[in-house]
Amino acid sequence: MSLHVDDLRVYYRTLAGDVKALDGATFDVADGEIMGLAGESGCGKSTLGKSLIRLDGRMRYAGGHVVLDGKELPIWDDEAMNPFRFHNVSIVPQYAMSALNPTRKIGRMIGELLRARGADPRTVESELARRLDLVGLEQGVLGLYPIELSGGMKQRVVMVISTLLDPSLLIADEITSALDVSTQKAVARMLVEFRDRGFVKSMIVITHDIAVLYQVADTILVMYAGKLAEKASAEEIVSSPKHPYTRLLVSSLPEVGVRYEEKELHGIPGRPPSLLTPPTGCRFRDRCPLATARCAQEPPWVEENGRGVACWEAASSQAARPSLVAGAR
Amino acid sequence: MSAVAAPAAAPAKPVGAVRESLYFALRNRKLVFGASVTGAMLLFAIFGPLFARHGPLAYGGDLSLAPTRHGGYWFGTTLQGQDVFAQFVTGLRLAFIVGALGGGIASAIAMVVGFTAGYRGGIVDEVLNMLTNVVLVIPTFALLLVIAAYLSVRGILTEAVFIGLTSWPWAARALRAQTFSLVSRDFVDLARLSGRSSWQIIFKEIAPNMSSYLFMMFILLFGGAILIAATLDFIGLGPSNTISLGMMMQLSVQNAALQLHLWWWFLPPGLALMTIVGSLYVMNVGLDEVFNPKLREM
Amino acid sequence: MGRYFLRKLGIYSLTFFVAVTVDWAIPHLMPGNPVLTLMNRLQIQDPRVAQHVYHHYMRAFNLDLPLWKQYWYFWVSLVHGDLGTSILQFPSPVTSIILHAAPYTLGLLIPAILLSWYFGNKVGALAARRKVLDNSALPLSYALTATPYMWLAILLSWTLAVTWHVFPVGFAYDPTAIRGLSWAFVGSLAYHWFLPFMSLFLVTFGGWAIGMRNMIIYELESDYAHYLEALGAPQRLVRKYAFRNALLPQITGLALVLGAVLAGSLVTEIVFSYPGLGYQIYRAITNEDYFVIQGIFLFIIVGVLIANFVVDIVYVIVDPRTRIGMEGGRS
Repeated sequence: MSLHVDDLRVYYRTLAGDVKALDGATFDVADGEIMGLAGESGCGKSTLGKSLIRLDGRMRYAGGHVVLDGKELPIWDDEAMNPFRFHNVSIVPQYAMSALNPTRKIGRMIGELLRARGADPRTVESELARRLDLVGLEQGVLGLYPIELSGGMKQRVVMVISTLLDPSLLIADEITSALDVSTQKAVARMLVEFRDRGFVKSMIVITHDIAVLYQVADTILVMYAGKLAEKASAEEIVSSPKHPYTRLLVSSLPEVGVRYEEKELHGIPGRPPSLLTPPTGCRFRDRCPLATARCAQEPPWVEENGRGVACWEAASSQAARPSLVAGAR
Repeated sequence: MSAVAAPAAAPAKPVGAVRESLYFALRNRKLVFGASVTGAMLLFAIFGPLFARHGPLAYGGDLSLAPTRHGGYWFGTTLQGQDVFAQFVTGLRLAFIVGALGGGIASAIAMVVGFTAGYRGGIVDEVLNMLTNVVLVIPTFALLLVIAAYLSVRGILTEAVFIGLTSWPWAARALRAQTFSLVSRDFVDLARLSGRSSWQIIFKEIAPNMSSYLFMMFILLFGGAILIAATLDFIGLGPSNTISLGMMMQLSVQNAALQLHLWWWFLPPGLALMTIVGSLYVMNVGLDEVFNPKLREM
Repeated sequence: MGRYFLRKLGIYSLTFFVAVTVDWAIPHLMPGNPVLTLMNRLQIQDPRVAQHVYHHYMRAFNLDLPLWKQYWYFWVSLVHGDLGTSILQFPSPVTSIILHAAPYTLGLLIPAILLSWYFGNKVGALAARRKVLDNSALPLSYALTATPYMWLAILLSWTLAVTWHVFPVGFAYDPTAIRGLSWAFVGSLAYHWFLPFMSLFLVTFGGWAIGMRNMIIYELESDYAHYLEALGAPQRLVRKYAFRNALLPQITGLALVLGAVLAGSLVTEIVFSYPGLGYQIYRAITNEDYFVIQGIFLFIIVGVLIANFVVDIVYVIVDPRTRIGMEGGRS
């Protein structure tokens, strides 16, 4: 399978105007690839993920194309998208722990959902059993109500349900954010296993936590303020990031074994710009320690050897990598 | 009552949101409509009696007179020759008084019970919960019947107090739930750490965050009190020595006004009640939309 | 679950106890003496005869005993089903008055509550779906729920009964009809029942419709609804779940609304001279027939407590969350 996204724009309608939450995203996800989508809150990653399956609430399609397995996804048309949902594109939502109807036994709900989507529950029955087993849930879970399960169990159930019809693309939206660290690891492993066993062809894993992505993703796409900042393999992003934002992100991660009396732990000062009236030029300009006059013009996305970056500095200086932290280190 | 069940939780607002609320308030059709109608009726209640040419209980007019400009009997007269207009505006005034008093007392009790139960938790909560349940289950109307039946002389104040003392349980429950959700928030912990007393915390930190909710609750209690009072009056337990809207309806039915087609006697009181209570409910829906951004239509 | 019901029983028993005590206490706290009222009615001229009659009645009503003994006897007679004797309709015992009137009131109350609940929920759910219906049904529902019960009764009576003669003006059945299980009699009963029922039904209906509409909108905004929609589930499945979930608080609403509809049926009976409990209370109040008032109050209390208990049971059966929460589910 392959996913090709071309200059996708999705805005949010508000009384004050359109918030340009996703303002031009272009990338590809190859067959079997797990792509991580990282960035701070409000950068547009969730919007991107959601727009690939369903525009809800105030979201408004504003341009661009999405092509999955050679077919264009009509994301602007809610009804036309329906045949694709669950079958070709699926999602494990951010609110997975409350995504199950509290007054329906889980097995019954799954049956009703499958039938409503034109799938015969009986044909899927044995596969369902196998997958529940795979994620470490007992068969008896199907006869329980959601309230009888723990948060982690509910999340696993949702993961199984969402991938039950073997979609080409799975969007995992902040699925580790509400979990403790050990469960995070288990869930992350499960994601990779689903891909390895072919339940899902490709995945987009959305999170603000780069550390998780490092464990799970093949490539990482970093977003900032509605635009793409950098895309590279997970290894490259963490060990040799090019975009100043990525570099600051990675360096602000605490390292195991380092004591922070000797070394300062830096965050990134400042806040992202308002997306109601976004600034011209590079959107990271105000917080970027490497910003120059050239950054008043929006940097183009430059792709080379499978790595992409949108930054004047990164594109120009390949050898010299100036220190990002002003002052003592 | 399921109709206008307690509104969903109002989120905590920062101070600057007051102006934003006002902006939406003035634009919300339901709120403007409801508030205008209620306001108009209130003005009618305040100034109406000044225009009445006769006392509400005074006899002297022609019997069963249809509405006419002659003699100032704009709403006609009753079977006994009393001025319906005078009775109407008197009743209107009483309705607002009972509503405000009864609703106010019920709100006060609901706040005390709800806040204390929500804030303190534990055994205090259990006890107050039991109290709330008992008062909730007792058919208070029947109770009011019994009490009022034994009082030979009744005043509007007594009526309002009784209504206030019996209609608070559902509001207390709702407030308790709201308080629970706020109590666990950080700003309360901060206030506690800085040594504020419980009541200070409740009134300076928690209540202001629920102010919109409290206001809507008061409106519902206000409307409810008016209806309960009218029903009591209709059964014959209204205030003595005066006349109210419910009593007008009672007297008209007793005197076969329906059969005699004295429509000006029994239609206006009920219409007034329906208008006031209805506009209060509509106002409430509008307020809910103003304070709860999720409900705002785009 | 057993603990839950025990707790509920405990509260209801406590409520019953409090209510009975209040019921007994009020006449004793109030100014006025029921025996004196009775005496006034009798208009006895001779003071010595009056004295005798006075003492007789004082003893008959136990008013010559110390308070605590009166209280005790109150409970004793209550257990024996003796609620005293009516003063106005002397010598009818209060119990028999209640038993004759109760069926009429229940005949109005139960259909009115259940049918308005059923149709109100249906219409409310439909209104949540279609904007067009919402814009017409909702204001109408608000108007209905804001209408005082007695006024709608007056309106219906005046228009349909008095002016246009479509329905009878009052009473439970045609006075000339022969009582019995004949079609004619049952028909007459139904014919007279219709307007009072309609009056109760319409006002209560408004409340349910509004409540259900709001609940459905709330449920359609929930996470499980969004998840299903993201997976492409058709609207009818989402709405089916939303409807079932929205129905749950409406069930508890049944118990809450009972008090209001009860008051409504009382005044409706007055307007239509329908011989139910409301009518009896009305006569008792106007004629200071204390024991009837007290007796009917107790009857109402028991009825309401039973109804509440039934609703509690139904709710636990229907909502898995409460059931499992009580048996100690994890979450």
